[in-house]
Formats: sequence, C-alpha cells, structure tokens
Amino acid sequence: MLPFQTVKQFLRDMRHQKLRTFMTMGGILWGTLAIVLLFAFGKGIHKQQIKSQKGLGENIAIVWPGMTTKPWQGLPKGREIRFTEEDVALLKSKVDGIARISPEYSRWNVFMKYGKNEMVQNIIGVWPEFGEMRNLIPEIGGRFINSLDIVQKRRVVFLGDELKSQLLGERPAIGEFILINNVPFQVVGVLKTKKQDSSYNGRDSRKAFIPSSTFTGMYSILYPNNFVVQHAEGGSMESVKDQIYKILGKKYRFDPADEEALGIWDVTEGMKFLTTFFFAFRVFLVGIGIATLITGGIGVSNIMNVVLEERTKEIGIKMALGAKKSLIMGQFIFETLLLTLTGGLIGYLIGVGIVSVMPIFKVEEFIGVPEIDILGTGMAIIVLGMIGLAAGYFPARRASNLQPVEALKLF
Amino acid sequence: MIDMKFVRKKYTTGKIEFEALKGIDLTVGKNEFISVMGPSGSGKSTLMNIMGCLDIPSSGEYLLEGINVRTLSANQLAEVRNQKVGFVFQSFNLLPYATAFENVEIPLLFAGVKARQRRDRVMNLLAQVGLAEKVGNKPTEMSGGEMQRVAIARALANKPNLILADEPTGNLDSKSGGEIINIFRQLWQEGHTIIIITHDQNVAKQTLRTIRLKDGTIDNNGNGSAPL
Ligand SMILES: Nc1ncnc2c1ncn2[C@@H]1O[C@H](COP(=O)(O)OP(=O)(O)O)[C@@H](O)[C@H]1O
Ligand SMILES: [Mg+2]
Repeated sequence: MLPFQTVKQFLRDMRHQKLRTFMTMGGILWGTLAIVLLFAFGKGIHKQQIKSQKGLGENIAIVWPGMTTKPWQGLPKGREIRFTEEDVALLKSKVDGIARISPEYSRWNVFMKYGKNEMVQNIIGVWPEFGEMRNLIPEIGGRFINSLDIVQKRRVVFLGDELKSQLLGERPAIGEFILINNVPFQVVGVLKTKKQDSSYNGRDSRKAFIPSSTFTGMYSILYPNNFVVQHAEGGSMESVKDQIYKILGKKYRFDPADEEALGIWDVTEGMKFLTTFFFAFRVFLVGIGIATLITGGIGVSNIMNVVLEERTKEIGIKMALGAKKSLIMGQFIFETLLLTLTGGLIGYLIGVGIVSVMPIFKVEEFIGVPEIDILGTGMAIIVLGMIGLAAGYFPARRASNLQPVEALKLF
Repeated sequence: MIDMKFVRKKYTTGKIEFEALKGIDLTVGKNEFISVMGPSGSGKSTLMNIMGCLDIPSSGEYLLEGINVRTLSANQLAEVRNQKVGFVFQSFNLLPYATAFENVEIPLLFAGVKARQRRDRVMNLLAQVGLAEKVGNKPTEMSGGEMQRVAIARALANKPNLILADEPTGNLDSKSGGEIINIFRQLWQEGHTIIIITHDQNVAKQTLRTIRLKDGTIDNNGNGSAPL
C-alpha cells in the first residue's frame, strides 16, 4: 500500500468519526491547557519574587553597628561597636571576594522643596558603587552619583522616582535645582521605576541620594548608619562576612565569632530561601500536573473504551478485506499521535493566548507575568500522548491479533 | 479451487469445548455454483469462515487454489483474503462512516492500486451492481438491498476467483434478495466460483449443487452420491 494513500485513508477515517476524534482531542487539549497555564503562572510568580528580591540588590549584605555579647581580651560584653567610612575603605582593600562596598549615611524626615512643592523625606549619603549594588538605575539622560561628586563634595542629588514626581511632577528633572534643608542641590538623575519588595530606611523610590562627602560635610557626622557590601560573582557571602568580623574584630577588639557585634542582613539568604521554596513549589506543580494528566488520561481511555466496539468491528472488517496487522497498528498509532499533537497544540495555543492577554488584567503586581514553560508543556504532551497511546494501543493490538471473524463478532 | 481434508473446528468457551466442525472432507472445483444449507448451528458459517480464511481450522488440511493455508503467515493470509476471496456477510459489514465509493475502494487501497485505476474500478463495480447513482451515499442513506450490492462490489474489487456469501439475502426482502441472487448468477456465468449459505429452498434451487450440513458434518455433499 502506498504511504500517501495510507495517510489519506487515515485522515478520511478520522474525519468520519468526528465524535471520537473530537472527544479524544478535547481530553488532550484540556490537559495540555491546564498544565501550560499551571506552569506559566507558577513561573510568572517565581520570576516576580526573584525580581522583587533583586530590586534591593543582588549578592549583597547590609551591615549595621552592633553590640558585643561575649567578653573578649579582658573587655566586658555589651560594648557598642561602630565603624567609620575609613573602616569601609579598609574592608574594601583587605577583604577578598568583595565586588563593591559603600557606606550609607541616612537622615530621616528632611525638608525638601521645589517651587511651591514641599516634601519631607529621607536623604541618603553614599559612594558611587552604591547605585550599582542596590539596583539604582537612572532613567535615560540621568546618572547616579560619581567619584568626582565625592571628591568635589558637589551638591548633586539622585532622586527616587516617586519623590521626583511629588516634587517636580511631569517636568524633566535633570539639571533642575531642588532645596534640601534650604540648600540648593542639582538633580543629576532619577531612579528608573523598579520592583522592590524588601527594604530598610524606606523605599528607594522616595529617597534622595547625595554624595557621602557632601552628606558628612552638611551634617558633620563621623559614623555611617550602615554599609552595603556585595560579594564577587561566583563567590560567597559567608567568606566575606567572616573576613569582615575578623578585620573589624581585630580593630575594635571583639570576638570574630560574636555575631551580634555587627548586625548583618544577608540578602542572599533570602534568595536561597526563595530558590528552595520555588523548587518545592515546582515539585508541587508537577504533582498537580501529573494528577491532571492522569485524570485527562482516564478521560481519554474512557472515550477509547466507548469506541472500542466500533473500532474492533472496524478492525475486523478491514482484516477481512485484507488489511495487514502492521497497517492496522500503523493507522492506530498515526491517529493517536495526530490527535495528541493536534489537541496538545491547540491547548498550547489557547494557553499562549491566555498568557498573552493576562497583562490586560493588571494583576502583574500580585502574580507576575505568566510565562510559557516549554519543559512543562512538552512533558504534558508526551505523557498525554503515551496515555492516549496506551489506552487505545492495547485494545487495537488485541483486536488485530485475533482472526478476522473473532474481531467481527467480539461484541 | 477448494480442497478440505478432515477439517475440524473446536470452540472453547470457558471450560466447555464445543466442536462446530467434526471432520469435513470437501472438494469444490473451478466455476462451481454452490449453495450450503443446514439447520441453524450446524456449522455453515464456521465452514464458510474457514474457506474465506477469516478463521483457521483446529485441525485438518485446507488447500485454497492449491495453497495449504496452514503454511501461510498472518501477512500472507491477509493477502489471500485481499486477492483470492470475496466475502459477503449477512449483516453487510460496511464501514458506517464511509460512502459506497469509499467502502468498495478499501480492498483496492490495501492492494496498493493507483488512484486513477482505483477510481475506474470502483465506478465500474458500482455500475455493475446497479449503484452508479449512489457512489456518494453512506450506508445509512441506502436500503438493505443496496448495502448488500455495495458489499458484493467490494467483494469483487480485486477480482477474486472465489466468492463466499453467508446468508446474503437473510436480512433482505424477497425482491431485493432475488436481485442479489441474480447478481451472483451473473458472476458465476462470468467464471467466478460462488458459494452461498442460505435457508431459502428457492435460492438453493438456482444453484447447481447444494451441500447439506448437520451437526458439524456433511450430510450431503451435493454431488449426487447421497439422496437429497
Ligand atoms: N466463537 C464461538 N464460540 C463458541 N461457539 C461458537 C462460536 N461460533 C460458533 N459457535 C458455535 O458453533 C456452532 C456452529 O455455529 P455456526 O457455524 O455459526 O452455525 P450456523 O452458521 O450453521 O448457524 C454453533 O453451535 C455455535 O453456537
Ligand atoms: Mg451462520
């Protein structure tokens, strides 16, 4: 038999058995759609979480002054440990595996003014590296604080996007002067809107960032509120933390094992938790997915059973007319594959459609942007295809192993 | 054409064994026109199915056109069914979702006949059984007589020498039944070997030889050696 005619006959048989075709395909379509959406939303939520976490900064830790809890070298416990900007510079040169570091001076509720608009917000004094560490990306046309600003103690300011809107509205901000504590500062950059879930000292979008040197000059203070450190790509925060405890412990005479001597928020731990959590979440999704697939598979196999009588008789007739077993099984496998792939494809496309209209509903903040997961989709189609194949393959094989007359009167 | 030596057929249903054919010896020559009669359950269909290679004997030898069927593989048997035998059933056994044309085309597809020849052949066959107008009809759109004529056309598709019909008029009124028998008579005149199972004395009378079965054995092989 010529292959082309074979395919043509298969297609014709399927066209004639609309109900079977439709029901089988429907089961696979539904299963695929469910899995596609499940994985798409799962991935969207995961990415959303990562993005929020990264809004604060990647591979960073924030270090505050602390209080000793262990006696050390004859000194009592309960001593306050503070650090200076020089200490931060020292750490930068001494600690292996640091990518960036910056002191952070902050003052809350500072009076700011532009034209008639007045605000009370926080100002932050930092080094240029701070911007990169903390994901403070300027909108086009602006920049973050640079080293010349530090050296020259320039009165320049980088504004959070919300603060900018409150002070300047829609007006272009770059080059404008705002008053901070009644001192004019020139705006050099505005924060590009970012997703930020966790914070300290308030949200970046409401802060004003100025050079550390300008800050210390303005308030004549010695001690930064904290510093932010970023470990090198591929390195670990553990080793950086150890070295910080050792170096500062030596200088300020505290036990390097006394963790309370410095307050450290290791943001990377949150990332690690998130990774673990979403691994578990994915396992959960795969579980639901498998349950869905089994349900879909049972549906498909039920439909196959419904058509078993018709099918067995059809196989009997074809064998009586001289069909070889390979042809009958070939038709069956071709049919299942075609149904599965078509059903899977339609389910996939509907899934893609739903995923692509999601932004209309403006729920990004809560569930992120769902994203098609090729692996999950492929898994769904393969598993459904195998279930469909198994559900119909065995009856078909049984029928085609019979003598034609037996298949004809099996029911 | 057909040579059977001590053919037996046993059916096992659960623990019960039943012998439907108890040693059949039978010879059928070329271009015979035969009817098979016998009470219900006497093994007529069983015998016919074995003749048509739709089933295999439990023991004994069956030679079809000189070929010992026992020696054939499943694929070779399929080829025999496709090429050498045309089978007509009481209940037609048409594919319900396919048109008359498509039903008749099936054995030609299995034989690998090219599209153009297939088309010509199917149209000729349907014209031969008087259904040129109904090529596009599905079984549900045809009368019993018409369905049986489609089935005959289908049985003739690959020009088999042997045409087997198991109560072909059993589901038909006498007028349609008569038409069907006329078609068989015509096919016999064209040189086919025809074997028809029937309950109808009038049908049997039109054939040249009547084989009578009783309890799985041949009561009268119709060659005149035993009384009618
Ligand atoms: N598949 C089967 N399993 C068990 N018994 C069968 C089967 N087919 C036929 N028989 C039995 O074999 C006997 C002969 O059947 P059959 O050849 O159909 O008779 P007929 O066609 O002469 O009426 C019957 O008694 C029938 O019940
Ligand atoms: Mg019968």
